[in-house]
Amino acid sequence: MTINGWLQIALYCVLLVLITAPLGAYMTRVFAGQRTPLSLVIRPIERGLYKLSGVDENEEQHWVTYAIAMLAFSFAGFVVLYALQRLQNVLPLNPQHQDAVSPDLAFNTSVSFITNTNWQSYVPETTFGYLVQMAGLTVHNFLSAATGIALALALIRGFTRRSAKTVGNFWVDMTRCTLYILMPICIVVGLVMVWQGVPDNLSAYTEVTTLEGGKQLIAQGPVASQEVIKMLGTNGGGFFNANSAHPFENPTALTNLIQILLIFSIGAALTNVFGRMIGDQRQGWAIFAVMAVLFLVGTTVLYWSEAAGNPLLAHLPVDQFAGNMEGKEVRFGIANSSLFATVTTDASCGAVNTMHDSLTPLGGMIPMINIMLGEIIFGGVGSGLYGMLLFVIVAMFVAGLMVGRTPEYLGKKLEAKEVKMAMLAILVLPLSMLGFTAVAVVIDPGTSALANAGPHGFSEALYAYVSATGNNGSAFAGLSANVPFWNSTLGLAMFIGRFLMIIPMLAIAGSLAAKKIVPISAGTFPTDGGLFVGLVVGVILITGGLTFLPSLALGPIVEHLSMHAGATF
Amino acid sequence: MLQHIRPAVTMIVAMTILTGIAYPLAMFGLAQGIFPHQANGSLIVRDGKVIGSSLIGQNFTGENWFQGRPSATTDTDPSDSTKTVPAPYNAANSGGSNLGPTSKALVDRVTGDAAKLAAENPGTPVPMDLVTTSASGLDPDISPAAALFQVPRVARARNLPEDRVRQLVQDHITGRLAGLIGEPHVNVLELNLALDALARG
Repeated sequence: MTINGWLQIALYCVLLVLITAPLGAYMTRVFAGQRTPLSLVIRPIERGLYKLSGVDENEEQHWVTYAIAMLAFSFAGFVVLYALQRLQNVLPLNPQHQDAVSPDLAFNTSVSFITNTNWQSYVPETTFGYLVQMAGLTVHNFLSAATGIALALALIRGFTRRSAKTVGNFWVDMTRCTLYILMPICIVVGLVMVWQGVPDNLSAYTEVTTLEGGKQLIAQGPVASQEVIKMLGTNGGGFFNANSAHPFENPTALTNLIQILLIFSIGAALTNVFGRMIGDQRQGWAIFAVMAVLFLVGTTVLYWSEAAGNPLLAHLPVDQFAGNMEGKEVRFGIANSSLFATVTTDASCGAVNTMHDSLTPLGGMIPMINIMLGEIIFGGVGSGLYGMLLFVIVAMFVAGLMVGRTPEYLGKKLEAKEVKMAMLAILVLPLSMLGFTAVAVVIDPGTSALANAGPHGFSEALYAYVSATGNNGSAFAGLSANVPFWNSTLGLAMFIGRFLMIIPMLAIAGSLAAKKIVPISAGTFPTDGGLFVGLVVGVILITGGLTFLPSLALGPIVEHLSMHAGATF
Repeated sequence: MLQHIRPAVTMIVAMTILTGIAYPLAMFGLAQGIFPHQANGSLIVRDGKVIGSSLIGQNFTGENWFQGRPSATTDTDPSDSTKTVPAPYNAANSGGSNLGPTSKALVDRVTGDAAKLAAENPGTPVPMDLVTTSASGLDPDISPAAALFQVPRVARARNLPEDRVRQLVQDHITGRLAGLIGEPHVNVLELNLALDALARG
């Protein structure tokens, strides 16, 4: 670890804090339907969309209706994306003449992109033409993000409303989010990316004769427009196989800084939106603090482990000071790679600028833990906040048990229904993560896809289902996942992780909205201070630890111990 | 349920046109208009021919070139399309080795490469980035230490004074942005182009 490395991490933290409140303020205005400086241009488009689709923007929806609208929209997106992939060979904008995609891969990819996972079983530059990249994948980079944010809003409204039957209108939330928040940021930041070197063209791949006389075929495409929403929407699906490690996706240290800021920006701003909507920004900052504590711990461990390097190489005549550079890019080095790996898994982004499969055992364990905890550390856009609020509900329940009082949060009494639903949403994740892994590591179609032997091979399988269920999308990418067994089970895991968590969460939103707000009394537990932050962090770590420690012991922990004992596999 | 079908279908079609056609095409137009060089892949033209991209590393094997990092990229085996063969710096199929830290293949590869490099420049520790594959397999850069490590070999192969070559490397080190962000690095292709220009001039 170096002082410069820590300074870069500190700079990142400062910038993140600085953008949180202004972006939160803007987003709050947008979701309240107030005028913004962009309304002049965007409002007519917005109104046109409602008119076209027969949506009454003033009509509010019950949580069940909200959920059905969201599911119908996601399903329609699935169908279009599936069709585009299966038909790409006869559609235009395919200069490399990529073939139609196989059914299992098209299924996996469609689920992957509508659930904001962006798991990629395929190599993009040899699989997809530009039409699928634009009208298929870029679209769902926007829409799955907007859907996540809309859902978080519904839950926030549950806390702010009293004796209400409705939680908002899905179509309006989704449309406003796309038009007023995601698109304007993408256009501006996307151009900065192009300036730094991210290509944006529709040309066929460029064939060059290299300086030494060899042939090189350089993949091209409309990269910048997808790159920026990939980060902002915490999607994470690379335009190229190497994702944000590819010099065309992430050419400089500046683009790298922008990318990791984009990943956290909306998740952080949503804590502020939450504070503003319930009328007390300190409540939002308390949630921010819980996230920040977990983020800093993860970053420190990962950075320390990567900087320490690989002891199996220590006897070689190699300069060890550089740390574990296998699977990393020189322009990013250890500090920026470690920071990126933490950020992308704290959020449900899954973009990578370093190959997670080649991280040191403990370094690679941090991304896994981040996803296992539910990606609530700033988190996926929307999903991070609603995931965190589920843990807050459980934490308040625990606090209530300790003092023998009915737990409440922000004036809402948390009763059996809310706590049950929160537990259901939290427990469905380990069921899919651990259940599928247990099957995959004992049957041949599962194990035959593993690239590494020994405990690292187990980690590859575990990481895959953890990532898919958590809707993250990063991978221990040695896994050859583009086979029917993995494509279909990972597709199912993504579906479970997204929708089976959302429905109980929306049920909580609906049930909270219907409640009255209890006035603050001397017995109210203050939820904007250090005790609250400590309690929530504790509940998250205990829940995660009890659930996942055995699986981590079989993978990264035993690998760490064998590495120090000098074993290779 | 039925009342959701119309908004779902209309919205997905409208949003596909908006975010999947209009937005990417607008970005394409703006990028091509304002930053045409970058938008087309930062291609380098020498003597009227495109010889590469300044952002994409190239495979250099000759003694007379500065060499980039090992690359784990592959290509389809021409004799069996279900298999792959090593194809370093394949810019149409990016990716890393994905070897874990306890992988025997990794330790063997690094051990072999380190021994070869150590013999080439005895007494100087081998820079880590010269024996580890990059994440993309297309890393255009090496660390300043890795470039300086190769100076004696390149100077010998090109019959140039070492000091002259070392100076060339020094001139091609890109520092951290604002002295803070990123890591210092040397773009291998640009350094080799300058090396060639030196010989020509």
